[in-house]
Amino acid sequence: MSGATLPALQTVSTRGALSWRRVNNTLRRAYVPLLIVILWQAGSDLGLYSVQTVPPPTVVAAAAWQLATSGQLAINIWVSLERVFFGLSIGVAVGTTFALIAGLSRIGEDALDSTVQMVRTLPHLALIPLMIMWFGIGETPKITLIALGSMFPIYLNLFAGIRGADRKLREAAGTLGLSHFETILHVVLPAALPGFLVGLRQAFGISWITLVVAEQINANAGIGYLVMNARDFLRTDIIFVGLTIYALLGLLTDSSVRFLEKHLLAWRPTYLAQGAAK
Amino acid sequence: MNMINTTLVADRPARVEAETAVAVRNLTRDFGGPAVLENLSFTIARGEFVALLGRSGSGKSTLLRTLAGLDPAPPDTINLPQARAVVFQEPRLLPWKRVLANVTLGLRTSHAAQKARAALVEVELSHRENAWPLTLSGGEAQRAALARALVREPELLLLDEPFAALDALTRLRMQGLVGELWAAHRPAVLLVTHDVDEALLLADRVMLLRDGKIAVDRQIDLSRPRRHADPAFNRLRAELLAELGVHGAD
Repeated sequence: MSGATLPALQTVSTRGALSWRRVNNTLRRAYVPLLIVILWQAGSDLGLYSVQTVPPPTVVAAAAWQLATSGQLAINIWVSLERVFFGLSIGVAVGTTFALIAGLSRIGEDALDSTVQMVRTLPHLALIPLMIMWFGIGETPKITLIALGSMFPIYLNLFAGIRGADRKLREAAGTLGLSHFETILHVVLPAALPGFLVGLRQAFGISWITLVVAEQINANAGIGYLVMNARDFLRTDIIFVGLTIYALLGLLTDSSVRFLEKHLLAWRPTYLAQGAAK
Repeated sequence: MNMINTTLVADRPARVEAETAVAVRNLTRDFGGPAVLENLSFTIARGEFVALLGRSGSGKSTLLRTLAGLDPAPPDTINLPQARAVVFQEPRLLPWKRVLANVTLGLRTSHAAQKARAALVEVELSHRENAWPLTLSGGEAQRAALARALVREPELLLLDEPFAALDALTRLRMQGLVGELWAAHRPAVLLVTHDVDEALLLADRVMLLRDGKIAVDRQIDLSRPRRHADPAFNRLRAELLAELGVHGAD
């Protein structure tokens, strides 16, 4: 019965085509970075700049390999990741708490918002000298700075998301017999989730920037320490290794937030179009 | 019947009380300016389908919002059954919940999902129970909203221009569907509309609101199913349009 087998075959072939398209999409995102690496190497091979000023990818890779095999790379990446993890966790927790208090009640807004807005306008990196005087040069000032830097984007975006929740949906929830608390749970917070995720993305970005600055001052471990140490020994190749790691970690965190968005916001039209196969 | 406020109907004969779904007495609403609703009094019987006509700004939406509990009403002016449901002009589905979860939202009965599925079958949307609301067409979304209202087994169904945003063909189908659902479940219905034809197709009774007062309140005794071709239908239509300020529409 050819009529019975044909639809099954078609399903298989469309699924195959879709996964190939997905792989191809991922590859397409790598084209430009790969091109840059090739040009970078070619420029060095053609002698356009000295190996000392701009070490080519091969030299940088060799330095990375050396650091990796000696165990230094893993230790320093781990220390940096730990700082971001703790700092960001505190920042997200505090930012979320403040945004919920200010977003869900007028009294909370009056109590918190102006203060948060004032502190927000301070460039948090300007607090480094104060942090060092207060907390010394250990982990505390670094984690505090990252927490401070990352809480504001969370606060601002979540607050805006909560206040932007569609009044008509809240009304409808009321007519369906939802209590105030249930309305917050089912209507307000899901409506604020996209804003929160935008905030999370920005918070990650700020965390990395803060990390770089904080680690280059009075640190004895971490990627920033590795880079500053390399400067003292004129090891541009190791500096490039450090910069590449920052870039890769940034990329990694950004795509993890994207991954979160794709699953938590699966109901949105943009994601619906992508996940049409599901 | 479950009355929120039983004091109002205490002076009425018991039989009337049992037959009444909605009782409004001396309801006045204003927002600081002239009254939007002025001293309104009317009742809706159980199972009665009432269409509320009126031009923009006549106060018909305010009346519906007041009955829906979205706007506050002065005490002792309104008696309503406990089980009420509203369908708005927009479907107002939560986009982050699938259709089935939208229908069961806030439902506090046992077998909620089972009842919701039955309601989706009735509105011919059971094949979409796992869909995200934003993937539904306008008609499908409005049918989901109807299922969400239906599953609450309302004694009073409030419809706030529920077909106004739909295309003409979908609107006809939806009107038919609402007529069928009403015939099957017999809630009291208050349908706010500015469409005279729609009112005459569906309602037992038409109330026409003008400047916050009931200008017309009449039974529609046409036999069902109603037909546009019926001369009596056309006479009523012209009459009501004239009351709305539209003359010579035929």
